[in-house]
Amino acid sequence: MSLLAADDMGLVHSLERFGIHLLWHPSLSMECGAEAVAILEDAASGRIKVDALCVEGAALTGPDGSGRFQILSGTGKAMTWWIKAIAAQAHHVVAVGSCAAFGGFPAAEDNPTDSVSLQDLLGADFRAQGGLPVINVAGCAPHPGWLVESLAELALSGTCALDSLGRPRAFADHLAHHGCGRNEFYEFKASAARASDRGCLMENLGCKATQAPGDCNIRRWNGYGSCTDAGYACINCTSPDFQDPEASFTETAKIAGIPVGLPVDMPKAWFVALAALSKSATPKRVRANSHADHVVVPPARLPPKHS
Amino acid sequence: MNTNSRLIVGPFNRVEGDLEVTLDISAGQVQSARVTAPMYRGFERILVGRPPEDALVVAPRICGICSVSQSVAAARALASVARIAMPDNGRLLTDLMLACENAADHLTHFVLFFMPDFVRPTYADRPWFAAAERRFAAIHGEASRQMVPARARFLHLMGLLAGKWPHSLALQPGGVTKGVDSGERIRLLGILADFRRQLEQVLFADSLENIAALSSRAALESWADQAPQDHGDFRLFLHIARDLRLDQSGHGPHRFLSHGSFGLFPAGQAVSGAISAFDPAQVAEDLTSAWMDTPALPDADKAGAYSWCKAPRLSGQSFETGALARAMVAADSLARDLCADKGGSVQARVVIRLVELAKLVIAMENWTKRIKPGEAICEEAPLPLHGHGLGLVEAARGALSHRLDMDGGRIRDYAIIAPTTWNFSPRDQAGNPGPLEQALQGAPVQDGETTPIAVQHIVRSFDPCMACTVH
Ligand code: SF4
Repeated sequence: MSLLAADDMGLVHSLERFGIHLLWHPSLSMECGAEAVAILEDAASGRIKVDALCVEGAALTGPDGSGRFQILSGTGKAMTWWIKAIAAQAHHVVAVGSCAAFGGFPAAEDNPTDSVSLQDLLGADFRAQGGLPVINVAGCAPHPGWLVESLAELALSGTCALDSLGRPRAFADHLAHHGCGRNEFYEFKASAARASDRGCLMENLGCKATQAPGDCNIRRWNGYGSCTDAGYACINCTSPDFQDPEASFTETAKIAGIPVGLPVDMPKAWFVALAALSKSATPKRVRANSHADHVVVPPARLPPKHS
Repeated sequence: MNTNSRLIVGPFNRVEGDLEVTLDISAGQVQSARVTAPMYRGFERILVGRPPEDALVVAPRICGICSVSQSVAAARALASVARIAMPDNGRLLTDLMLACENAADHLTHFVLFFMPDFVRPTYADRPWFAAAERRFAAIHGEASRQMVPARARFLHLMGLLAGKWPHSLALQPGGVTKGVDSGERIRLLGILADFRRQLEQVLFADSLENIAALSSRAALESWADQAPQDHGDFRLFLHIARDLRLDQSGHGPHRFLSHGSFGLFPAGQAVSGAISAFDPAQVAEDLTSAWMDTPALPDADKAGAYSWCKAPRLSGQSFETGALARAMVAADSLARDLCADKGGSVQARVVIRLVELAKLVIAMENWTKRIKPGEAICEEAPLPLHGHGLGLVEAARGALSHRLDMDGGRIRDYAIIAPTTWNFSPRDQAGNPGPLEQALQGAPVQDGETTPIAVQHIVRSFDPCMACTVH
């Protein structure tokens, strides 16, 4: 339902701008029951052309490979059957959200429903008719813009640049850390100690944004927001297995006092050395504010030149 | 229709998640209905063994539309273990986020899920059809073109306070992680003013205060007649409801449950109009018709079962929950009047939901003015190693509970009862139907209908969320 707020105008209208029309959507379309099944049958048999099949939610293959944990109502057939049938006809196949992209929470722990990603359901070698593997618009939930822009790119150029995990590079080339309002605290390793502190959330409170693909802090969510600006950790929800972290989600896993999850492309020794240096140089203002829930020390001002 | 027949209706769209309804029909009426939730998700099992605070991450992801309600329920369950209360700012900001989600859900339900059914060709000869088609045609109706953007801008409140919607960790047992400075408080008031204007111009064609003050069936009917039928979408619905006798459709069990919310709606139960206290210890989940051997162990081959939904019962009885239940338990005079004879109806559910929407926006403006920038927003909530917690919330769709049992600093057991689990529950051991199953009995079925229109109105009047139901 996050998609309903896409570009502040709604999914349908934001897609229409790019000439994209929904054949059927479970929350939005008029067709119900038999009328809906007719559309899905036409799609599965190739009688109507499907430019892109978008699937939300992991593929539930259990119990015992039967797919009966999710029957498409009114059809008696498993959702996994329908996905395979329509994917075989579709020009592109898009996994919407980290459940469809990588398994996500349903696949956590002992995976009670035998959930798998779309690519795993369809086979590692699966390519849609347009030549691309499953396009993984990851995120839990994904930013509405990621889906709209990926579909628009497909409509416009017939393809979409993907990273090694099938995520559109348009958002996956950024890190969620870029543009975070706490960047000054990060620079000085002025860290929050508890929820509601203004400091950087990486050292203690589990923030994984320096490793997490996403332009969250550059483009913003629901007009103004981002996880880290709202005071809580990025949990790297665009990545496989984010649902099973080493520690609690909101606690930084450390070995010998050093966070395990350092920026992927930064040598550890450098990180440690820089962190020690910057901590020793932290301005009083930054240190004080990092442990408060509002600005307690405002930035100093130069006195006016002529008084 | 002269023979006995059985219809299986699905996929049921414009409801959240998967739903199938089996109808036994004779004499042109539904004789009995079975409601099936055809999907199992296993979220309670995924929570077991994790650190308790991780419930704040996992629980909201049960559902993309009542994510905040799930967060608040988990946070309250943890707060009850930690035995802490929130500072005033924390409570006001939590209430604002929860009310924002509830209000947005009410609007989405009315405009996108419920009203498009009146645009079906079967109604082409009705005096209101042209207006309904212009306003509510699925996807392209004027109302969705106006209200979907209004809802998106309203959710900027979540961007500001929660970082994003859905799935925020800003909602904590001891308060919230993000404070509001004086500038942000003004921005919040701006968002609310914009939303108020949209509701007053488009949905109600009247002030929120006038809608909130409607206090009887007679007052409602006379308000409906004060202007042409298409003067506001709420009025259009009232005219449609009068013409189709929606006050006579979809009667539930006349038993209502509310956990209470915002200090606006008290907790309690209302049975045939008699209000009494709610005792959570009297709630039990019946598994007779669920494909479950134990509360956490699925069995897709269980004999006699027909749904993944369990059957919560309060003192052994089914209960309806939602905005109408909140109003009934609050002894709201309009709700009591609308339900006087036979309990809930399609009309009563929709009317009270929209009246609640008006009340929520008024309350949100007041709460925002009471926020004190710079004062505390969050109490630390260190958890003991062992304990039991209970978190009770009113989601848009009604009573939501999280029950938590922890041991050795880990979750040992986590049990969730969602509003639609109450409303769409299957039969229990005594053979008593769930509220929707009961409400569908007697629904008219026309010759040749594969997805009876009356059934669609009744099902959608509950605003079901199947995703939560089967968590
Ligand atoms: S809170 Fe996270 S995203 Fe923000 S600066 Fe720190 S590490 Fe980066």
